[in-house]
Amino acid sequence: MSSYPGTWRRPPQIVSDKRVRLALQLGVLLYLVLALGSVEVNWQRVSEGLERGQRFVMGFLQPDFSSRWKDISQGLIESLTMTLTSTVVGVLVSIPFGIGASRNIVPRQVYVFCRAVIAISRSLQELIVAIFLVAMFGFGPFAGFLTLSFATIGFIGKLLADEIEEIDEAQVEAIRSTGASWLQMLNYAIQPQIMPRLIGLSLYRLDINFRESAVIGIVGAGGIGATLNTAIDRYEYDSAGAILLIIIAIVMVAEYSSSYLRKFLQ
Amino acid sequence: MTQTLPREWAHRAPAQRAILWLGWFALVALFVWCWQIMSQDTIWAFVWDAPDQALDIGGRMMPPKWGYLPQLMKPLWDTLNIATLGTIGGVIIAIPVAFLAARNTTPSTTFLRPIALFIIVTSRSINSLIWALLLVAIIGPGLLAGILAIALRSIGFVGKLLYEAIEETDARQIEAITATGAGPAQVLTYGIVPQILPAFWSISVFRWDINIRESAILGLVGAGGLGLKMNASLAILAWDQVVVILLLILATVVLSEWVSAQVRKAII
Repeated sequence: MSSYPGTWRRPPQIVSDKRVRLALQLGVLLYLVLALGSVEVNWQRVSEGLERGQRFVMGFLQPDFSSRWKDISQGLIESLTMTLTSTVVGVLVSIPFGIGASRNIVPRQVYVFCRAVIAISRSLQELIVAIFLVAMFGFGPFAGFLTLSFATIGFIGKLLADEIEEIDEAQVEAIRSTGASWLQMLNYAIQPQIMPRLIGLSLYRLDINFRESAVIGIVGAGGIGATLNTAIDRYEYDSAGAILLIIIAIVMVAEYSSSYLRKFLQ
Repeated sequence: MTQTLPREWAHRAPAQRAILWLGWFALVALFVWCWQIMSQDTIWAFVWDAPDQALDIGGRMMPPKWGYLPQLMKPLWDTLNIATLGTIGGVIIAIPVAFLAARNTTPSTTFLRPIALFIIVTSRSINSLIWALLLVAIIGPGLLAGILAIALRSIGFVGKLLYEAIEETDARQIEAITATGAGPAQVLTYGIVPQILPAFWSISVFRWDINIRESAILGLVGAGGLGLKMNASLAILAWDQVVVILLLILATVVLSEWVSAQVRKAII
Protein backbone atom coordinates (compact mmCIF):
# COMPACT_ATOMS: atom_id res chain seq x y z
CA MET A 1 0.00 0.00 0.00
CA SER A 2 1.55 3.23 -1.14
CA SER A 3 0.64 6.36 0.80
CA TYR A 4 -1.67 8.73 -0.99
CA PRO A 5 -1.25 12.50 -0.63
CA GLY A 6 -3.69 14.01 1.82
CA THR A 7 -4.60 16.96 -0.38
CA TRP A 8 -5.38 17.24 -4.08
CA ARG A 9 -4.16 19.98 -6.37
CA ARG A 10 -5.86 20.74 -9.62
CA PRO A 11 -3.47 19.98 -12.48
CA PRO A 12 -2.63 22.98 -14.69
CA GLN A 13 -4.98 23.15 -17.66
CA ILE A 14 -3.34 25.05 -20.46
CA VAL A 15 0.48 25.00 -20.16
CA SER A 16 1.50 21.70 -18.64
CA ASP A 17 5.31 22.15 -18.61
CA LYS A 18 6.40 23.75 -15.33
CA ARG A 19 9.45 25.56 -16.81
CA VAL A 20 7.44 27.02 -19.70
CA ARG A 21 4.87 28.24 -17.21
CA LEU A 22 7.54 29.90 -15.07
CA ALA A 23 9.10 31.55 -18.12
CA LEU A 24 5.69 32.81 -19.25
CA GLN A 25 4.92 34.25 -15.82
CA LEU A 26 8.32 35.97 -15.63
CA GLY A 27 7.89 37.35 -19.14
CA VAL A 28 4.46 38.75 -18.31
CA LEU A 29 5.82 40.30 -15.12
CA LEU A 30 8.76 41.88 -16.97
CA TYR A 31 6.43 43.26 -19.64
CA LEU A 32 4.09 44.73 -17.04
CA VAL A 33 6.96 46.47 -15.24
CA LEU A 34 8.28 47.91 -18.52
CA ALA A 35 4.85 48.92 -19.78
CA LEU A 36 3.65 50.51 -16.56
CA GLY A 37 7.01 52.28 -16.29
CA SER A 38 6.55 53.91 -19.68
CA VAL A 39 3.07 55.26 -18.94
CA GLU A 40 3.56 58.84 -17.85
CA VAL A 41 0.60 60.15 -15.95
CA ASN A 42 0.19 63.77 -15.00
CA TRP A 43 -1.59 63.12 -11.70
CA GLN A 44 -2.20 66.80 -11.10
CA ARG A 45 -4.07 67.06 -14.39
CA VAL A 46 -6.03 63.92 -13.53
CA SER A 47 -7.11 65.25 -10.14
CA GLU A 48 -8.15 68.52 -11.74
CA GLY A 49 -10.08 66.48 -14.26
CA LEU A 50 -12.01 64.58 -11.60
CA GLU A 51 -14.09 67.65 -10.88
CA ARG A 52 -14.89 67.85 -14.59
CA GLY A 53 -15.67 64.14 -14.55
CA GLN A 54 -18.17 64.78 -11.79
CA ARG A 55 -19.81 67.45 -13.95
CA PHE A 56 -19.95 64.96 -16.79
CA VAL A 57 -21.63 62.34 -14.61
CA MET A 58 -24.12 64.99 -13.48
CA GLY A 59 -24.74 65.86 -17.13
CA PHE A 60 -25.32 62.18 -17.86
CA LEU A 61 -27.84 61.95 -15.03
CA GLN A 62 -29.57 65.20 -15.96
CA PRO A 63 -29.27 65.25 -19.74
CA ASP A 64 -30.21 68.40 -21.60
CA PHE A 65 -32.09 67.45 -24.73
CA SER A 66 -33.67 70.80 -25.46
CA SER A 67 -31.09 73.56 -25.77
CA ARG A 68 -29.16 71.92 -28.64
CA TRP A 69 -32.08 69.92 -30.00
CA LYS A 70 -31.74 71.41 -33.49
CA ASP A 71 -28.11 70.21 -33.81
CA ILE A 72 -28.89 66.86 -32.21
CA SER A 73 -31.85 66.12 -34.47
CA GLN A 74 -29.87 67.20 -37.54
CA GLY A 75 -27.02 64.86 -36.54
CA LEU A 76 -29.42 62.03 -35.81
CA ILE A 77 -31.18 62.36 -39.16
CA GLU A 78 -27.82 62.37 -40.93
CA SER A 79 -26.69 59.30 -38.99
CA LEU A 80 -29.88 57.35 -39.58
CA THR A 81 -30.17 58.13 -43.30
CA MET A 82 -26.44 57.47 -43.77
CA THR A 83 -26.83 54.12 -42.00
CA LEU A 84 -29.72 52.96 -44.17
CA THR A 85 -28.39 54.11 -47.53
CA SER A 86 -24.89 52.78 -46.88
CA THR A 87 -26.22 49.40 -45.75
CA VAL A 88 -28.40 49.06 -48.86
CA VAL A 89 -25.66 50.09 -51.27
CA GLY A 90 -22.99 48.15 -49.36
CA VAL A 91 -25.04 44.94 -49.42
CA LEU A 92 -25.85 45.34 -53.12
CA VAL A 93 -22.18 45.79 -53.98
CA SER A 94 -21.03 43.04 -51.65
CA ILE A 95 -23.28 40.37 -53.18
CA PRO A 96 -21.22 40.04 -56.41
CA PHE A 97 -18.02 40.15 -54.36
CA GLY A 98 -19.37 37.51 -51.98
CA ILE A 99 -20.32 35.27 -54.90
CA GLY A 100 -16.96 35.88 -56.53
CA ALA A 101 -15.12 35.00 -53.34
CA SER A 102 -16.66 31.53 -53.02
CA ARG A 103 -14.19 28.91 -54.08
CA ASN A 104 -16.80 26.36 -55.14
CA ILE A 105 -18.59 28.30 -57.88
CA VAL A 106 -16.09 30.62 -59.60
CA PRO A 107 -12.75 30.29 -61.40
CA ARG A 108 -9.59 30.71 -59.35
CA GLN A 109 -8.59 34.16 -60.69
CA VAL A 110 -11.96 35.68 -59.80
CA TYR A 111 -11.75 34.07 -56.35
CA VAL A 112 -8.33 35.56 -55.63
CA PHE A 113 -9.35 39.03 -56.85
CA CYS A 114 -12.57 39.13 -54.80
CA ARG A 115 -10.88 37.79 -51.68
CA ALA A 116 -8.20 40.51 -52.03
CA VAL A 117 -10.83 43.27 -52.24
CA ILE A 118 -12.57 41.85 -49.16
CA ALA A 119 -9.29 41.59 -47.24
CA ILE A 120 -8.44 45.24 -48.00
CA SER A 121 -11.87 46.41 -46.91
CA ARG A 122 -11.67 44.39 -43.69
CA SER A 123 -8.19 45.42 -42.65
CA LEU A 124 -8.72 49.17 -43.04
CA GLN A 125 -10.33 50.84 -40.06
CA GLU A 126 -13.53 52.77 -40.79
CA LEU A 127 -12.03 55.88 -39.25
CA ILE A 128 -8.94 55.80 -41.46
CA VAL A 129 -11.05 55.26 -44.58
CA ALA A 130 -13.25 58.16 -43.44
CA ILE A 131 -10.23 60.48 -43.14
CA PHE A 132 -9.25 59.78 -46.74
CA LEU A 133 -12.77 60.02 -48.11
CA VAL A 134 -13.39 63.29 -46.29
CA ALA A 135 -10.18 64.63 -47.84
CA MET A 136 -11.42 63.54 -51.28
CA PHE A 137 -15.17 64.21 -51.17
CA GLY A 138 -15.36 67.07 -48.71
CA PHE A 139 -17.02 67.23 -45.28
CA GLY A 140 -20.50 65.88 -44.72
CA PRO A 141 -22.54 62.69 -44.70
CA PHE A 142 -21.67 61.73 -48.27
CA ALA A 143 -18.12 60.79 -47.22
CA GLY A 144 -19.59 58.89 -44.28
CA PHE A 145 -21.98 57.06 -46.60
CA LEU A 146 -19.07 55.97 -48.80
CA THR A 147 -17.00 54.88 -45.79
CA LEU A 148 -19.74 52.71 -44.35
CA SER A 149 -20.58 51.22 -47.76
CA PHE A 150 -16.93 50.30 -48.25
CA ALA A 151 -16.71 48.71 -44.80
CA THR A 152 -19.93 46.79 -45.46
CA ILE A 153 -18.40 45.16 -48.56
CA GLY A 154 -15.70 43.46 -46.50
CA PHE A 155 -18.04 42.32 -43.75
CA ILE A 156 -20.96 41.00 -45.82
CA GLY A 157 -18.70 39.78 -48.65
CA LYS A 158 -16.63 37.58 -46.37
CA LEU A 159 -19.52 36.11 -44.38
CA LEU A 160 -21.58 35.56 -47.52
CA ALA A 161 -18.69 33.81 -49.27
CA ASP A 162 -18.13 31.57 -46.24
CA GLU A 163 -21.85 30.74 -46.30
CA ILE A 164 -21.84 29.92 -50.02
CA GLU A 165 -18.80 27.68 -49.58
CA GLU A 166 -20.75 25.62 -47.02
CA ILE A 167 -23.96 25.10 -49.02
CA ASP A 168 -25.45 21.73 -49.85
CA GLU A 169 -23.73 20.69 -53.10
CA ALA A 170 -26.42 18.12 -53.89
CA GLN A 171 -28.93 20.86 -54.67
CA VAL A 172 -26.46 22.58 -56.98
CA GLU A 173 -25.89 19.34 -58.82
CA ALA A 174 -29.62 18.67 -59.08
CA ILE A 175 -30.22 22.05 -60.70
CA ARG A 176 -27.16 21.64 -62.95
CA SER A 177 -28.38 18.26 -64.16
CA THR A 178 -31.55 19.88 -65.52
CA GLY A 179 -29.28 21.76 -67.94
CA ALA A 180 -29.37 25.09 -66.08
CA SER A 181 -26.90 27.82 -66.94
CA TRP A 182 -24.55 29.31 -64.34
CA LEU A 183 -26.95 32.19 -63.61
CA GLN A 184 -29.92 29.83 -63.30
CA MET A 185 -27.89 27.62 -60.98
CA LEU A 186 -27.14 30.73 -58.87
CA ASN A 187 -30.78 31.73 -58.77
CA TYR A 188 -32.39 28.35 -58.12
CA ALA A 189 -29.77 26.38 -56.19
CA ILE A 190 -27.73 28.91 -54.22
CA GLN A 191 -29.97 31.91 -53.64
CA PRO A 192 -32.68 29.98 -51.73
CA GLN A 193 -30.04 28.44 -49.47
CA ILE A 194 -28.31 31.68 -48.52
CA MET A 195 -31.18 34.19 -48.56
CA PRO A 196 -32.18 33.90 -44.85
CA ARG A 197 -28.56 34.25 -43.84
CA LEU A 198 -28.04 37.23 -46.15
CA ILE A 199 -31.02 39.07 -44.69
CA GLY A 200 -29.81 38.29 -41.19
CA LEU A 201 -26.33 39.59 -41.96
CA SER A 202 -27.72 42.74 -43.54
CA LEU A 203 -29.75 43.51 -40.43
CA TYR A 204 -26.69 42.88 -38.28
CA ARG A 205 -24.63 45.20 -40.47
CA LEU A 206 -27.35 47.88 -40.24
CA ASP A 207 -26.86 47.77 -36.50
CA ILE A 208 -23.05 48.00 -36.80
CA ASN A 209 -23.25 50.81 -39.35
CA PHE A 210 -25.28 52.91 -36.96
CA ARG A 211 -22.67 52.48 -34.25
CA GLU A 212 -19.90 53.36 -36.66
CA SER A 213 -21.81 56.36 -37.99
CA ALA A 214 -21.61 57.79 -34.48
CA VAL A 215 -17.80 57.55 -34.65
CA ILE A 216 -16.80 58.70 -38.11
CA GLY A 217 -18.43 62.08 -37.51
CA ILE A 218 -15.41 62.89 -35.33
CA VAL A 219 -13.23 63.23 -38.44
CA GLY A 220 -15.84 65.23 -40.33
CA ALA A 221 -17.93 62.58 -42.07
CA GLY A 222 -21.26 63.87 -40.76
CA GLY A 223 -23.75 62.34 -38.39
CA ILE A 224 -24.29 62.37 -34.64
CA GLY A 225 -20.55 61.94 -33.94
CA ALA A 226 -19.87 65.44 -35.22
CA THR A 227 -22.55 66.83 -32.90
CA LEU A 228 -21.09 64.90 -29.98
CA ASN A 229 -17.60 66.14 -30.76
CA THR A 230 -18.84 69.74 -30.84
CA ALA A 231 -20.71 69.33 -27.57
CA ILE A 232 -17.61 67.96 -25.81
CA ASP A 233 -15.39 70.67 -27.29
CA ARG A 234 -17.76 73.29 -25.91
CA TYR A 235 -17.71 71.56 -22.47
CA GLU A 236 -21.49 71.16 -22.73
CA TYR A 237 -21.57 67.89 -20.84
CA ASP A 238 -25.34 67.90 -20.36
CA SER A 239 -25.86 67.99 -24.14
CA ALA A 240 -23.13 65.36 -24.59
CA GLY A 241 -24.89 63.19 -22.00
CA ALA A 242 -28.15 63.54 -23.91
CA ILE A 243 -26.46 62.53 -27.18
CA LEU A 244 -24.83 59.51 -25.55
CA LEU A 245 -28.14 58.40 -24.05
CA ILE A 246 -29.79 58.70 -27.48
CA ILE A 247 -26.98 56.63 -29.05
CA ILE A 248 -27.27 53.96 -26.34
CA ALA A 249 -31.07 53.84 -26.72
CA ILE A 250 -30.95 53.52 -30.51
CA VAL A 251 -28.20 50.88 -30.36
CA MET A 252 -30.21 48.87 -27.84
CA VAL A 253 -33.40 49.10 -29.90
CA ALA A 254 -31.51 48.21 -33.08
CA GLU A 255 -29.74 45.29 -31.43
CA TYR A 256 -32.85 43.77 -29.89
CA SER A 257 -35.06 44.27 -32.93
CA SER A 258 -32.40 42.95 -35.31
CA SER A 259 -31.76 39.87 -33.17
CA TYR A 260 -35.54 39.32 -32.87
CA LEU A 261 -35.99 39.68 -36.63
CA ARG A 262 -33.09 37.32 -37.30
CA LYS A 263 -34.57 34.70 -34.99
CA PHE A 264 -37.94 35.17 -36.72
CA LEU A 265 -36.40 34.74 -40.18
CA GLN A 266 -34.24 31.70 -39.52
CA MET B 1 -61.45 17.49 -61.28
CA THR B 2 -59.80 19.32 -64.13
CA GLN B 3 -57.98 22.22 -62.64
CA THR B 4 -56.13 24.57 -64.93
CA LEU B 5 -52.60 24.41 -63.73
CA PRO B 6 -50.21 27.24 -64.55
CA ARG B 7 -47.92 26.52 -67.47
CA GLU B 8 -44.77 27.63 -65.73
CA TRP B 9 -43.52 26.71 -62.30
CA ALA B 10 -43.21 29.54 -59.79
CA HIS B 11 -41.76 29.47 -56.31
CA ARG B 12 -44.56 31.34 -54.49
CA ALA B 13 -48.32 31.87 -54.67
CA PRO B 14 -49.42 35.13 -56.36
CA ALA B 15 -50.56 36.72 -53.08
CA GLN B 16 -47.22 35.94 -51.42
CA ARG B 17 -45.39 37.38 -54.38
CA ALA B 18 -47.45 40.55 -54.20
CA ILE B 19 -46.59 41.03 -50.52
CA LEU B 20 -42.92 40.36 -51.17
CA TRP B 21 -42.96 42.79 -54.07
CA LEU B 22 -44.61 45.44 -51.88
CA GLY B 23 -41.94 44.89 -49.22
CA TRP B 24 -39.14 45.44 -51.72
CA PHE B 25 -40.94 48.46 -53.12
CA ALA B 26 -41.21 49.95 -49.61
CA LEU B 27 -37.48 49.36 -49.07
CA VAL B 28 -36.60 51.09 -52.35
CA ALA B 29 -38.89 54.01 -51.52
CA LEU B 30 -37.32 54.32 -48.06
CA PHE B 31 -33.88 54.22 -49.60
CA VAL B 32 -34.67 56.97 -52.10
CA TRP B 33 -36.22 59.12 -49.38
CA CYS B 34 -33.20 58.67 -47.08
CA TRP B 35 -30.84 59.34 -49.95
CA GLN B 36 -32.53 62.64 -50.69
CA ILE B 37 -32.41 63.77 -47.08
CA MET B 38 -28.80 62.69 -46.74
CA SER B 39 -27.48 64.27 -49.90
CA GLN B 40 -29.41 67.55 -49.86
CA ASP B 41 -26.40 69.36 -48.40
CA THR B 42 -23.82 67.56 -50.48
CA ILE B 43 -21.73 69.84 -52.64
CA TRP B 44 -21.60 67.82 -55.84
CA ALA B 45 -18.71 69.84 -57.27
CA PHE B 46 -16.50 68.32 -54.54
CA VAL B 47 -17.77 64.83 -55.35
CA TRP B 48 -17.03 65.11 -59.08
CA ASP B 49 -13.69 66.57 -58.16
CA ALA B 50 -12.81 63.50 -56.05
CA PRO B 51 -10.79 61.51 -58.63
CA ASP B 52 -8.44 64.49 -59.10
CA GLN B 53 -8.14 64.85 -55.33
CA ALA B 54 -7.41 61.13 -55.00
CA LEU B 55 -4.68 61.35 -57.65
CA ASP B 56 -3.26 64.42 -55.94
CA ILE B 57 -3.15 62.74 -52.51
CA GLY B 58 -1.79 59.55 -54.05
CA GLY B 59 0.93 61.60 -55.74
CA ARG B 60 1.90 63.26 -52.48
CA MET B 61 2.14 59.87 -50.76
CA MET B 62 4.81 58.69 -53.16
CA PRO B 63 7.54 58.07 -52.25
CA PRO B 64 6.80 57.14 -48.62
CA LYS B 65 9.12 58.88 -46.18
CA TRP B 66 10.78 55.79 -44.71
CA GLY B 67 13.14 57.96 -42.64
CA TYR B 68 10.15 58.73 -40.45
CA LEU B 69 9.95 55.11 -39.28
CA PRO B 70 12.43 55.31 -36.33
CA GLN B 71 10.41 58.17 -34.83
CA LEU B 72 7.38 55.89 -34.79
CA MET B 73 8.85 53.20 -32.54
CA LYS B 74 7.94 54.92 -29.26
CA PRO B 75 4.32 55.59 -30.37
CA LEU B 76 4.11 51.96 -31.51
CA TRP B 77 5.22 50.78 -28.06
CA ASP B 78 2.63 53.15 -26.53
CA THR B 79 -0.07 51.75 -28.79
CA LEU B 80 0.78 48.17 -27.79
CA ASN B 81 0.72 49.20 -24.13
CA ILE B 82 -2.64 50.95 -24.45
CA ALA B 83 -4.11 47.81 -26.00
CA THR B 84 -2.53 45.33 -23.58
CA LEU B 85 -2.98 47.24 -20.33
CA GLY B 86 -6.47 48.29 -21.40
CA THR B 87 -7.39 44.68 -22.12
CA ILE B 88 -6.03 43.54 -18.75
CA GLY B 89 -7.96 46.28 -16.93
CA GLY B 90 -11.15 45.56 -18.84
CA VAL B 91 -10.92 41.82 -18.25
CA ILE B 92 -10.35 42.29 -14.50
CA ILE B 93 -13.55 44.34 -14.23
CA ALA B 94 -15.46 42.15 -16.67
CA ILE B 95 -15.01 38.93 -14.63
CA PRO B 96 -17.15 39.95 -11.61
CA VAL B 97 -19.66 41.65 -13.92
CA ALA B 98 -19.97 38.44 -15.96
CA PHE B 99 -20.56 36.33 -12.83
CA LEU B 100 -23.21 38.80 -11.67
CA ALA B 101 -24.87 38.74 -15.09
CA ALA B 102 -24.95 34.97 -15.62
CA ARG B 103 -28.30 33.50 -14.65
CA ASN B 104 -26.78 30.51 -12.84
CA THR B 105 -24.20 32.35 -10.73
CA THR B 106 -25.79 35.71 -9.96
CA PRO B 107 -26.62 36.28 -6.28
CA SER B 108 -29.86 38.11 -7.12
CA THR B 109 -31.77 38.02 -10.39
CA THR B 110 -34.06 40.91 -9.51
CA PHE B 111 -31.50 43.47 -8.40
CA LEU B 112 -27.86 42.73 -9.32
CA ARG B 113 -28.41 41.01 -12.69
CA PRO B 114 -30.13 44.00 -14.38
CA ILE B 115 -27.36 46.29 -13.11
CA ALA B 116 -24.68 44.00 -14.53
CA LEU B 117 -26.54 43.73 -17.84
CA PHE B 118 -26.88 47.52 -17.96
CA ILE B 119 -23.12 47.93 -17.44
CA ILE B 120 -22.48 45.48 -20.27
CA VAL B 121 -24.92 47.17 -22.68
CA THR B 122 -23.65 50.68 -21.93
CA SER B 123 -20.05 49.67 -22.42
CA ARG B 124 -20.85 47.82 -25.64
CA SER B 125 -22.91 50.50 -27.30
CA ILE B 126 -20.33 53.26 -26.98
CA ASN B 127 -17.32 52.90 -29.26
CA SER B 128 -13.88 53.13 -27.65
CA LEU B 129 -13.17 56.25 -29.67
CA ILE B 130 -16.10 58.03 -28.03
CA TRP B 131 -14.94 56.81 -24.63
CA ALA B 132 -11.53 58.25 -25.47
CA LEU B 133 -13.08 61.54 -26.56
CA LEU B 134 -14.81 61.82 -23.18
CA LEU B 135 -11.81 60.74 -21.16
CA VAL B 136 -9.43 63.09 -22.95
CA ALA B 137 -11.81 65.92 -22.10
CA ILE B 138 -12.01 64.79 -18.48
CA ILE B 139 -8.52 63.62 -17.47
CA GLY B 140 -6.47 65.22 -20.21
CA PRO B 141 -4.66 63.81 -23.22
CA GLY B 142 -2.21 60.95 -22.77
CA LEU B 143 -1.83 57.22 -22.45
CA LEU B 144 -4.01 56.92 -19.36
CA ALA B 145 -7.10 58.18 -21.23
CA GLY B 146 -6.42 55.63 -23.98
CA ILE B 147 -5.95 52.76 -21.54
CA LEU B 148 -9.15 53.63 -19.68
CA ALA B 149 -11.09 54.01 -22.94
CA ILE B 150 -9.97 50.58 -24.14
CA ALA B 151 -10.72 49.06 -20.72
CA LEU B 152 -14.22 50.57 -20.58
CA ARG B 153 -15.07 49.28 -24.05
CA SER B 154 -13.64 45.84 -23.30
CA ILE B 155 -15.81 45.31 -20.20
CA GLY B 156 -18.95 44.94 -22.27
CA PHE B 157 -17.44 42.69 -24.93
CA VAL B 158 -15.63 40.33 -22.54
CA GLY B 159 -18.48 40.48 -20.02
CA LYS B 160 -21.12 39.51 -22.56
CA LEU B 161 -19.20 36.59 -24.08
CA LEU B 162 -18.02 35.38 -20.66
CA TYR B 163 -21.47 35.40 -19.08
CA GLU B 164 -22.83 33.46 -22.04
CA ALA B 165 -20.03 30.93 -21.50
CA ILE B 166 -20.90 30.71 -17.80
CA GLU B 167 -24.57 30.10 -18.61
CA GLU B 168 -23.58 27.31 -20.98
CA THR B 169 -21.56 25.38 -18.39
CA ASP B 170 -22.47 21.76 -17.74
CA ALA B 171 -24.76 21.72 -14.66
CA ARG B 172 -23.89 18.06 -13.88
CA GLN B 173 -20.25 18.87 -13.16
CA ILE B 174 -21.29 21.63 -10.79
CA GLU B 175 -23.75 19.27 -9.12
CA ALA B 176 -21.02 16.66 -8.73
CA ILE B 177 -18.79 19.17 -6.95
CA THR B 178 -21.69 20.32 -4.75
CA ALA B 179 -22.39 16.68 -3.86
CA THR B 180 -18.92 16.34 -2.33
CA GLY B 181 -19.92 19.00 0.20
CA ALA B 182 -18.05 21.89 -1.38
CA GLY B 183 -18.84 25.47 -0.36
CA PRO B 184 -19.81 28.16 -2.89
CA ALA B 185 -16.18 29.28 -3.38
CA GLN B 186 -15.08 25.69 -3.99
CA VAL B 187 -17.91 25.12 -6.47
CA LEU B 188 -16.67 28.21 -8.29
CA THR B 189 -13.02 27.14 -8.46
CA TYR B 190 -13.56 23.43 -9.15
CA GLY B 191 -16.94 23.35 -10.89
CA ILE B 192 -17.27 26.49 -12.99
CA VAL B 193 -13.79 27.95 -13.56
CA PRO B 194 -12.29 24.86 -15.25
CA GLN B 195 -15.21 24.79 -17.67
CA ILE B 196 -14.95 28.42 -18.73
CA LEU B 197 -11.16 28.86 -18.60
CA PRO B 198 -10.45 28.04 -22.28
CA ALA B 199 -13.31 30.32 -23.39
CA PHE B 200 -12.00 33.02 -21.07
CA TRP B 201 -8.48 33.00 -22.54
CA SER B 202 -9.76 32.85 -26.08
CA ILE B 203 -12.16 35.79 -25.49
CA SER B 204 -9.40 37.85 -23.86
CA VAL B 205 -6.92 37.25 -26.66
CA PHE B 206 -9.61 37.99 -29.24
CA ARG B 207 -10.42 41.28 -27.53
CA TRP B 208 -6.71 42.10 -27.30
CA ASP B 209 -6.48 41.68 -31.06
CA ILE B 210 -9.45 44.04 -31.60
CA ASN B 211 -7.96 46.49 -29.10
CA ILE B 212 -4.69 46.69 -31.04
CA ARG B 213 -6.69 47.91 -34.04
CA GLU B 214 -8.62 50.40 -31.98
CA SER B 215 -5.71 51.74 -29.97
CA ALA B 216 -3.87 52.58 -33.19
CA ILE B 217 -6.46 55.24 -33.99
CA LEU B 218 -7.31 56.46 -30.49
CA GLY B 219 -4.58 59.07 -30.82
CA LEU B 220 -6.71 60.93 -33.34
CA VAL B 221 -8.66 62.33 -30.41
CA GLY B 222 -5.54 62.80 -28.27
CA ALA B 223 -5.24 59.52 -26.38
CA GLY B 224 -1.62 58.71 -27.26
CA GLY B 225 -0.01 56.16 -29.56
CA LEU B 226 0.33 56.01 -33.33
CA GLY B 227 -2.89 57.97 -33.91
CA LEU B 228 -1.30 61.03 -32.33
CA LYS B 229 1.49 60.97 -34.90
CA MET B 230 -1.06 60.44 -37.64
CA ASN B 231 -3.09 63.41 -36.46
CA ALA B 232 0.05 65.57 -36.45
CA SER B 233 1.03 64.42 -39.95
CA LEU B 234 -2.50 64.97 -41.27
CA ALA B 235 -2.57 68.46 -39.78
CA ILE B 236 0.51 69.47 -41.76
CA LEU B 237 -0.71 67.51 -44.83
CA ALA B 238 2.42 65.35 -44.79
CA TRP B 239 0.85 62.51 -46.76
CA ASP B 240 4.22 60.79 -47.23
CA GLN B 241 4.39 60.37 -43.43
CA VAL B 242 0.73 59.34 -43.21
CA VAL B 243 1.31 56.45 -45.60
CA VAL B 244 4.24 55.18 -43.49
CA ILE B 245 2.07 55.27 -40.36
CA LEU B 246 -0.76 53.50 -42.18
CA LEU B 247 1.54 50.72 -43.38
CA LEU B 248 2.92 50.33 -39.85
CA ILE B 249 -0.62 50.08 -38.43
CA LEU B 250 -1.52 47.55 -41.11
CA ALA B 251 1.54 45.43 -40.33
CA THR B 252 0.82 45.55 -36.58
CA VAL B 253 -2.81 44.59 -37.10
CA VAL B 254 -1.94 41.67 -39.37
CA LEU B 255 0.72 40.46 -36.92
CA SER B 256 -1.58 40.71 -33.90
CA GLU B 257 -4.33 38.90 -35.78
CA TRP B 258 -1.88 36.09 -36.56
CA VAL B 259 -0.71 35.90 -32.92
CA SER B 260 -4.27 35.82 -31.64
CA ALA B 261 -5.27 33.13 -34.13
CA GLN B 262 -2.28 30.98 -33.11
CA VAL B 263 -2.97 31.38 -29.38
CA ARG B 264 -6.66 30.59 -29.80
CA LYS B 265 -5.82 27.53 -31.88
CA ALA B 266 -3.45 26.34 -29.14
CA ILE B 267 -6.07 26.83 -26.41
CA ILE B 268 -9.12 25.25 -28.02
